[in-house]
Amino acid sequence: MIIKEIFTKKNRLLLKAMVSTDFKLRYQQSVLGYVWSVLKPLMLFAIMYVVFIRFLKFGADVPHFAVALLLGIIMWNFFNETTTGGMMSIVGHGDLLRKIYFQKHIVVIASSMSALINFGFNFIVVILFCMLNGVMPSPSWLLIIPILIEEYLLALGVAFFLAAVYVNLRDLNPIWEVVMQAGFYGTPIIYPISMISSRAGVWGPLFAKLDLALNPMAQIVQDARHVMISTANPTIWEWVKFPYALWPVVFSLLIFFGGFHYFTVKSKHFAELV
Amino acid sequence: MNNNNNVETKPQTEQTTTANPTGLALKVRGVSKSFRLPTERAGSLKNTIFNWIRGIRGYRVQHVLKDISFDIAKGEFFGIVGKNGSGKSTLLKLISQIYTPDSGTIEVDGKLVPFIELGVGFNPELTGRENVYLNGAMLGFTNEEIDSMYDDIVEFAELGDFMEQKLKNYSSGMQVRLAFSVAIKSQGDILVLDEVLAVGDEAFQKKCQDYFFEAKRQKKTVILVTHSMPDVRRYCDRAMFIQDGRISKIGDPDAIADAYSDSFLPPKQEVKEEETEKKREIVVLDDMRLLVNGDKQKFLAESEDFDLVLDIDCDRELQAKNLFVDIYDGRNVPVLSVPLADDDRTTISAGKHEVSLHIRNVLAFGDYRINCALQNDSDRIMIRENALRFHIKGTAMPVMSVVNPQEAVAVSIS
Repeated sequence: MIIKEIFTKKNRLLLKAMVSTDFKLRYQQSVLGYVWSVLKPLMLFAIMYVVFIRFLKFGADVPHFAVALLLGIIMWNFFNETTTGGMMSIVGHGDLLRKIYFQKHIVVIASSMSALINFGFNFIVVILFCMLNGVMPSPSWLLIIPILIEEYLLALGVAFFLAAVYVNLRDLNPIWEVVMQAGFYGTPIIYPISMISSRAGVWGPLFAKLDLALNPMAQIVQDARHVMISTANPTIWEWVKFPYALWPVVFSLLIFFGGFHYFTVKSKHFAELV
Repeated sequence: MNNNNNVETKPQTEQTTTANPTGLALKVRGVSKSFRLPTERAGSLKNTIFNWIRGIRGYRVQHVLKDISFDIAKGEFFGIVGKNGSGKSTLLKLISQIYTPDSGTIEVDGKLVPFIELGVGFNPELTGRENVYLNGAMLGFTNEEIDSMYDDIVEFAELGDFMEQKLKNYSSGMQVRLAFSVAIKSQGDILVLDEVLAVGDEAFQKKCQDYFFEAKRQKKTVILVTHSMPDVRRYCDRAMFIQDGRISKIGDPDAIADAYSDSFLPPKQEVKEEETEKKREIVVLDDMRLLVNGDKQKFLAESEDFDLVLDIDCDRELQAKNLFVDIYDGRNVPVLSVPLADDDRTTISAGKHEVSLHIRNVLAFGDYRINCALQNDSDRIMIRENALRFHIKGTAMPVMSVVNPQEAVAVSIS
């Protein structure tokens, strides 16, 4: 199975049709409609801002940490939506799977595209917040593109894997919810990574490095903050030497190809199992 | 359209495959398929782990299809028949690429449009129009291609006023109608239909029948799974009978329809030793023929009278009124039970005889078979089961009577 095969003309048309269907249906019969996709993370942000920044004084040593918090939240939301939505997508389309043949990858990709559109709306809000907060646009902002590509591939790889497993094992839904919760706290979102190194005793700096090396989302959020908001957010590049610093990217790609391969193998039997 | 002349124009199997230079639409070679059926619910983590620890597989393997090989030529109307659970639908899903075979290959030449499980997969929250376009995309058509088929689809489905309504507001019959219209009006090369004529109201069924004849005329490749033997006889160029996951018979649709009908006959009852003796002693049916104006026939028109000629061999003198010819219809209901004489006087002496019965044909459209039996006091001893089989031509209707006695009814409309 070559990735190129997925993007035949037929599949591109199908992808377009599925994404636009999802777009149409997502906020059907809700008064505020698409405003919710921006409003929800903003409200979440407001709570966390009050609790962690105002009250607990997290990130006081990092400039513009409020913007960094918002960026972290929406990047995490994107990861969460892509993986959770992707996990449910195959089972959710079971009715279709049993009646007609089509490339199963499209279902997962379509659900990830919906998450991507959501992320797009939210990212505009982040940029507005940057401006309000006095973070000026700079050429380094362009580096957010490869970082987002890395995040997208990582999320898609995980989504492929989860979608394939979920067909057989419906327990995965609550399990993944808990994993996501743990991941949220294990990723520097509500706190800056410097907090791990400074507050976790002698082992602090090592823990921080381990987090960046073992949790690709930690490196992704940290890099994004570094290039978008302030270089005061350290990245793995500053802590580890060259070839090793590439590890999180390699790790993400491994997850992507691994998930993709697993899904491709398993997808042959989805129709009989869902 | 004259529905009745169809049986005669049926091309021979060999002709269809050789006379068609464009070749095969479908090539199936050595295809097997089995499913794992969970014995205990293995869908949860707990059970999976428990089963794994206890060394239980948690499923048993059911072989649904075993080593299936056949071809379908382009332009052929191909029927697949079989009892429930024989593997027909699994085979259709394999052909449609929905399932992957365990072994063997399936080659499809052309765009295949399936209509399986009464639908093509609709989203209840979308309008009829949106569903048609989404479905078209699933079948691999571009928006422009769907634009050009759209009016045709809506017209065939007769849902012009409903296309902007959400599908959840459709009746189930309307949904099926729309799905079927999408399947047949989309410009696919191979149409795969699973049990379609079982749905829809009378008018729609008539429309489907008309479409089938149209498809036949246009030499479209159609694969039809059905339980209706009249449909097999009328539409199919070739048919296949699947039994227990194997091809039990393939070829001439009439032979297939007969084989399928036969498979529903009650299993032969254990004949007691002495009865066999008795029967063998009393009378043997050597041959039975159905003649129309002296010619052997198998297909009769409605109201076409016929003669039944029996060659029997008796070992003693019998009263003719005790010998019966019983005609059963396709649903195994006895329709006519005719004694060889209706008085006590007529006797048949020992030895070989040729008995001829002229029968007024009051039978309606359908399949029939004839048993020959001997009434001995209160026992009815079977002399020969299924001595003969024949078919009355006609049109399938939602309500079908068994007999059709025009003269018995006097109608006056004022």
